[in-house]
Amino acid sequence: MNIDIEREPWSVSKLVNYLRGTLELDDQLQKVWVEGEITNFTHHIRSGHMYFSLKDEQTQLKAVMFAGYNRRLRFTPKNGDRVVAKGKLSVYERDGQVQLYIHDLSLHGVGDLYVAFARLKEQLEEEGLFDPTKKKELPSYPYKIGVITSASGAAIRDIITTIKRRYPLVHVLLFPVSVQGKTAAKEVAKAIAMMNQLKEAEVLIVGRGGGSMEELWAFNEEIVVRSIFESEIPVISAVGHETDFTLSDFVADLRAATPTAAAELAVPHLEELKEKVTSLQKRLIHIQTTMISLWRDRVRQLLSRPIFQQPRARLEQYTQRIDYLHSDLTKAIEKRLKTHQHLLERLGEQLQRYQPQVTLSKQRERLTYLQKDLFRAIYRQVEEKQGKHLRLIDQLDALSPLKVMQRGYSLVYRFKQDELIQSVKQVQPGDLIRVRLSDGQLKCQIWGAKEDKDE
Amino acid sequence: MSDQNQIESLPFEKAIERLEEVVRLLEKGDVPLEEAIRLFDEGMKLAGACNQKLEWAEQQIEMLVQENGEWIRKPFLSEEELE
Repeated sequence: MNIDIEREPWSVSKLVNYLRGTLELDDQLQKVWVEGEITNFTHHIRSGHMYFSLKDEQTQLKAVMFAGYNRRLRFTPKNGDRVVAKGKLSVYERDGQVQLYIHDLSLHGVGDLYVAFARLKEQLEEEGLFDPTKKKELPSYPYKIGVITSASGAAIRDIITTIKRRYPLVHVLLFPVSVQGKTAAKEVAKAIAMMNQLKEAEVLIVGRGGGSMEELWAFNEEIVVRSIFESEIPVISAVGHETDFTLSDFVADLRAATPTAAAELAVPHLEELKEKVTSLQKRLIHIQTTMISLWRDRVRQLLSRPIFQQPRARLEQYTQRIDYLHSDLTKAIEKRLKTHQHLLERLGEQLQRYQPQVTLSKQRERLTYLQKDLFRAIYRQVEEKQGKHLRLIDQLDALSPLKVMQRGYSLVYRFKQDELIQSVKQVQPGDLIRVRLSDGQLKCQIWGAKEDKDE
Repeated sequence: MSDQNQIESLPFEKAIERLEEVVRLLEKGDVPLEEAIRLFDEGMKLAGACNQKLEWAEQQIEMLVQENGEWIRKPFLSEEELE
């Protein structure tokens, strides 16, 4: 380096700035793990930042841990603590001071476990498992809560007690698992997967009561962290107490410091809900009352219109119209009536003419005439017949054989018989005959008979 | 939705969500009167049902237990209850 000869001298600022640039370009120095002892520890009250130095036997290094990072510390650092710090190396430009900017700090005693934790955390963080945008929203009024914890621990008791107190509506489905020991992580991961298969619980509480780092270890295992990340049901982590942070806490959709807190976060408060329902009810009644009075005003306004105020005005029109129609109707009916009356009279007259009494007396009269005619005709006929009879008697009289006999003719019968003897051949001499004359009879005996020859 | 039985059979969360919706609809103020009256009636029934559910809540706590390779449910009794 021949600065003197070849270059203008740098300003201190430029050099410090250059130094900072160089450090920050070195990946190795941007993620560095340092082990040392805390000295000159100051916790700045106003800002919350922690300032101290890390030293070993030979040297020391300035360090700062900002409030944003140290808030998550599970212990309060103090002078003399042997710690492992993770952070980046840079320069505080005002003082030209090389400093370690610490992101994570743990007591040295925790050892490998802690280192493993920090490594895994870093890796999962890079993968985006802790991404705040990936966090799912919790249901406001869950119907069923899945709890994954030990059936015998304090955690389940606390959860049930809290839920009973706050929101006894919710159903709890416990998936009992070991929360520590070799199989714990596997069991927890399997339980989370199983709950997702069942699809019953709307939120899961995964956790256990507080314990040592080793006891909580299952909740730092990758398999558990990933199953929480993959869970479609929102997960509330509830591991240990306030200061214990596990990877499950980072990946969970919501982190609760304790199982009790988890239960509180999982369900609404019954009293609050009652108040909410009451307030909704009040609002409902208020709106209804307001609305009804609005509608009533509207109706009142409509009623003040002339149509409602002087309903007669409109009616009078109709009344008049009805009167007109009425008289029209009367006229029409009268006219119609008159026509029919005429017709009726005419028909009456006609009917009179055909009255049966008139016809009857006429017929009686006619009968009398006919009777008289009949008698007359009969008398005439009788007279006629009588005349004719007399004439016939005269004629008959003229033709009577007695008349002929009076002229000298007689009739000859066989005696005691009615046989009329008309020929001489009928008799023999000796026969008895009866001769009828006009005035009596003779008993005779034939003496002889002689037939006329010339005839 | 306004049928009494239907409302009573609604899960609490559905009932309170619907109640919130009803209040919101009514507060918007552009609901026709008949509909508003119907909604009000529904809302009051929902509120009643919600309150009743809150008063008469019966908690159910179950535990999944594996028996003969099958997961079955059993009521979970905490230690105090067992004593």
